[in-house]
Amino acid sequence: MTKETEQRRNWMAVLAKSDPATLQRLWSDLGDRAGFTTLRPAETGMVMVRGRAGGDGMAFALGEMTVTRCTVRLDGSEVLGFAYVAGRDRRHAEIAARADALLQTDRRDAVETALIAPLRVAQAEARETARRKAAATRVDFFTMVRGENPR
Amino acid sequence: MTAILDSSALLPGFADPVLGSQSVFRAVLDAMSRPGRPVACPDPLAAPAPLGRAMAAAALTLVDFDTPVWLDPALATPAVQSFLRFHTGAPLVADPAAAAFLLVADPAALPRLGGLALGEDRYPDRSATLVVEVPALDGPEAGRFTGPGIATAEPARIAGLPGWFREAWAANGAAYPLGVDLLLTCGGRMLGLPRTTRWEG
Repeated sequence: MTKETEQRRNWMAVLAKSDPATLQRLWSDLGDRAGFTTLRPAETGMVMVRGRAGGDGMAFALGEMTVTRCTVRLDGSEVLGFAYVAGRDRRHAEIAARADALLQTDRRDAVETALIAPLRVAQAEARETARRKAAATRVDFFTMVRGENPR
Repeated sequence: MTAILDSSALLPGFADPVLGSQSVFRAVLDAMSRPGRPVACPDPLAAPAPLGRAMAAAALTLVDFDTPVWLDPALATPAVQSFLRFHTGAPLVADPAAAAFLLVADPAALPRLGGLALGEDRYPDRSATLVVEVPALDGPEAGRFTGPGIATAEPARIAGLPGWFREAWAANGAAYPLGVDLLLTCGGRMLGLPRTTRWEG
């Protein structure tokens, strides 16, 4: 996989997993005035999530999840922005698609700094909090040495 | 992604995919139930040339990932292929006989009807539908249409179909209940010719 693909995959994941309200706030703070043509308006559908037990087991259908997708084109260019986000928040998908388009242009650094970096930090923090909460409830099972039965 | 998607020419589909495709479906239904009578497409789409506006709307309404689509040589451009792939997800096939929908922008390139999917005796619905862009739906009168859905007769004013078509259409009608159906488009208008319609005179 090329470096560009990996980077794009990374920011698309950050955008998709972001909190919609935070994303919207950061997007309006960014205040980019770029125009977009909506090629595929945000639409909600279902995708089948597949899993594989233990990494080498048989693939199985875990269940369906709701996904909203959107595709835009940055006006005056051939750059397409795609977004697939979990849930039914159409605005989330629209902003994520626009951000994906801008991140492929020379405005990438600005968007990276204003949008992706804070979201990435917030997501890392949320992960860390969840990890700590889970760690606090950890129980180490051990067996006490059984004493001698009294005679 | 860039290899299969020609992003420069990609145009939007219906502004509202649900309402747009429903209203166009309704219009196609009208065209098919009143054969030979031109119907205005309610939501014609700006599409990459030479895909017509009504043809594009009909394609986005009727075609999906279950329906193999064949494009005539005039339509087999990267722009049109990307447009259809992006909006419908339909597989594009090279063999006309394998297609459920055939889009034809140049009537001279119309494939022979007998070689297409005509359905099976148990499933006559598994047949091909052709969407053909013709130069005019109100040209000089050449015969008339009769059959189910037509009270007495409907004047045939279709221009641009190849010379062999009338004979092939009669053979298509004789194969009933098997056979192909036609949707003729011209700009933003369309006209249905189901397999039950006879072209007389």
